[in-house]
Amino acid sequence: MTIRVGEAEHAPSFQKAALPLLEDAQLRRNVRHATDVIQRKRGIVVHETEDWQELRTAGSAIKAHTLRYLDQYLLQFEEACTAAGGYVHWAGDADEANRIIVDLVKQYSGSEVIKIKTMTSEEIGLNEALEQAGIRAHETDLAEVINQLGGDTSSHIVAPALHKNRSQVREIFRERMNLPGLSDDPEALTAAARHYLREKFLRVKIGVSGANFLVAEAGSVCIVESEGNGRMCLTLPEVLISIAGIEKVIPRMRDMEVFLQLLPRSATGERMNPYNSLWTGVRAGDGPQHFHVVLLDNGRTGILADPESRQTLQCIRCGACLNTCPVYRQTGGHAYGSNYSGPIGAIVTPQLLQMRQAQSLPFASTLCGACYEVCPVKINIPEVLIHLRGRVVREQKSALDPEALAMKTAAAIFTSRRRFEAAQRLGRIAQWPMVSHGWMRNLPGLLGNWTRVRDLRALPKQTFREWWKKRAKHAPNTPASAPLRAARKLSEDIGRD
Amino acid sequence: MRVSLFITCYNDTLFPATGQAVVRLLERLGHTVEFEPEQTCCGQMHYNTGYQREAMPLMRRFVDIYKDAEAICIPSSSCVAMIRDHYPKMAAESADPGLIRTVDALLPRVYELTELLVKRLGVEDVGAYFPHRVTYHASCHSQRSLHLGDLPLRLLRNVRGIDLVDLPNIDRCCGFGGTFAIKMGDISAAMLADKMKDVENTGAEVITAVDTSCLMHIFGGLHRQRGGVRMAHIAEILAPTESDAAEGARA
Repeated sequence: MTIRVGEAEHAPSFQKAALPLLEDAQLRRNVRHATDVIQRKRGIVVHETEDWQELRTAGSAIKAHTLRYLDQYLLQFEEACTAAGGYVHWAGDADEANRIIVDLVKQYSGSEVIKIKTMTSEEIGLNEALEQAGIRAHETDLAEVINQLGGDTSSHIVAPALHKNRSQVREIFRERMNLPGLSDDPEALTAAARHYLREKFLRVKIGVSGANFLVAEAGSVCIVESEGNGRMCLTLPEVLISIAGIEKVIPRMRDMEVFLQLLPRSATGERMNPYNSLWTGVRAGDGPQHFHVVLLDNGRTGILADPESRQTLQCIRCGACLNTCPVYRQTGGHAYGSNYSGPIGAIVTPQLLQMRQAQSLPFASTLCGACYEVCPVKINIPEVLIHLRGRVVREQKSALDPEALAMKTAAAIFTSRRRFEAAQRLGRIAQWPMVSHGWMRNLPGLLGNWTRVRDLRALPKQTFREWWKKRAKHAPNTPASAPLRAARKLSEDIGRD
Repeated sequence: MRVSLFITCYNDTLFPATGQAVVRLLERLGHTVEFEPEQTCCGQMHYNTGYQREAMPLMRRFVDIYKDAEAICIPSSSCVAMIRDHYPKMAAESADPGLIRTVDALLPRVYELTELLVKRLGVEDVGAYFPHRVTYHASCHSQRSLHLGDLPLRLLRNVRGIDLVDLPNIDRCCGFGGTFAIKMGDISAAMLADKMKDVENTGAEVITAVDTSCLMHIFGGLHRQRGGVRMAHIAEILAPTESDAAEGARA
């Protein structure tokens, strides 16, 4: 098995990857601005939806049910899709999926493909695999065009070039499209992209897409998008190859009622996507005449096997958790080491990689819960993060790791009153060389990460429990269950202290 | 009412004034406060950092100490969240039917301080006096785990003399996140910078919250800059009365 998630296995740890990003003032401003705009739009269309919480519950329930019977629904999809004239391929891992797609392109004598934005293809590194086979992949989603021409990678699962602003886009287009006079007016930029893409839409005979939903009962595939470039890729080529993670299946066409309300509102703050494409197999004289679906595992069944975290597979890739995440807000998506960024990336990537790589990602969160609150299918991301942290600690950490030692020592202290009180007293003495005017500004070891940007007040002369003990001594006749009068007397005493 | 105070390990060690204020406040309202010195830590730091095995005995310890308490008051929403959100799961994993039952029976008696005041004791005006400009930071656990809503603000609005100002972006995390502040120090610092700007823009002299832990982080950053803002747990605002102030002036 060669499970791959973009370049995640070679990526530096989250905290390391974040450093240059934190230095990039332009990127940080772009990320703040873009996520604020999307969140504001989302807020409006979510609040106007009276049954939003019920929709979330329904979305979560449909997905959980589907995952429970995933094998059956996938087989049902295969049967219905095949009956409608499509071909279904099963890929165990990234390499197998890439091999299937490369072979199909060769089978249809293609040397180029046009692509709709698909995170799944970025997960398996499809463009690189095609390139190695001498096949050129042209991205057609505007943001993907920007990234492809700019030699950049996705920083957001819905808006992959969210980290770039329009003057940066202009520079890329000027250079790569040879348009020296191009302005940064959005209409001019879009017109340039349209001109660049039209020629490819009309020329290239093979399209590659992802999938938002696979409808089991009908064998249909659904893609929602905003630009219409996807619609071009889905209708103009002679051959269409769609790659989809096995978790993308939903049982019935009527389930779309729920997801087509949840997804656009959560993803782009729209009531409905401008383009909703839904197709079933092939139809003579209309659209692609050869249709293939590649169903991808690439670590997903491993996630399914873990009852604590299988909810991860409910994700419909809306990106709402990225937009609301206070950590993503600071770093943008590139710190997460693969095309899956933000809170969902922090749980998807390490799990797909069977927790052998990307082990810093579950720790890239304050567990603030904002992601869970906005998730349209109620994935309890903080709960999954905590579970994965546990797996990292149990499966990966050496017992001699300084953090593990500190945690074990702390646990030993907390399990005994005597040790706890001794540690409190010891701390008060040991802090002495580091205290200046009641504050600590430069602590050693791991705690130095605290005092790099924050002061810490010195441990007080008296802990709470010492205060309590002393106070009880002064009022020895006040038993715990004393009547009200005694309690009031006591409180007056403290008032005078 | 007999209220058992679970002070939390860090308030006990670092911020005794929080606990003293809780005791004063509850006794002033006519309740009896008990403090069981066997208490240590709820296990949150271990659990959330991935040391779930190490958190288990701390959970058992908490349950043993408080299983017969009438009401348990905890002046920290993240510790309450630890208990409410994770103890049932930990108990289930222990497969000990006695423990599962005890935890189930115990949970409804666990209260964060402002919950205890408003929901259990039915008080919104505690008769406090605090003549300062204050802004309230809604910690993440208080908002999204305990769903406190405006409970703390209702209590604060009834404080005499207070000049309460809204904190912009109140729903955004301050970047503390327990061990996150250490493990992901640079990102935590960036988040803190945003929060400090918001606090400074309010012109408040005091920042308050139901969690001293977030305050230790926000105030720690402000203090490094000599920011002229101080921290106070909400209990420290709800405890003092006008007669205290008069006595203070005489002394």
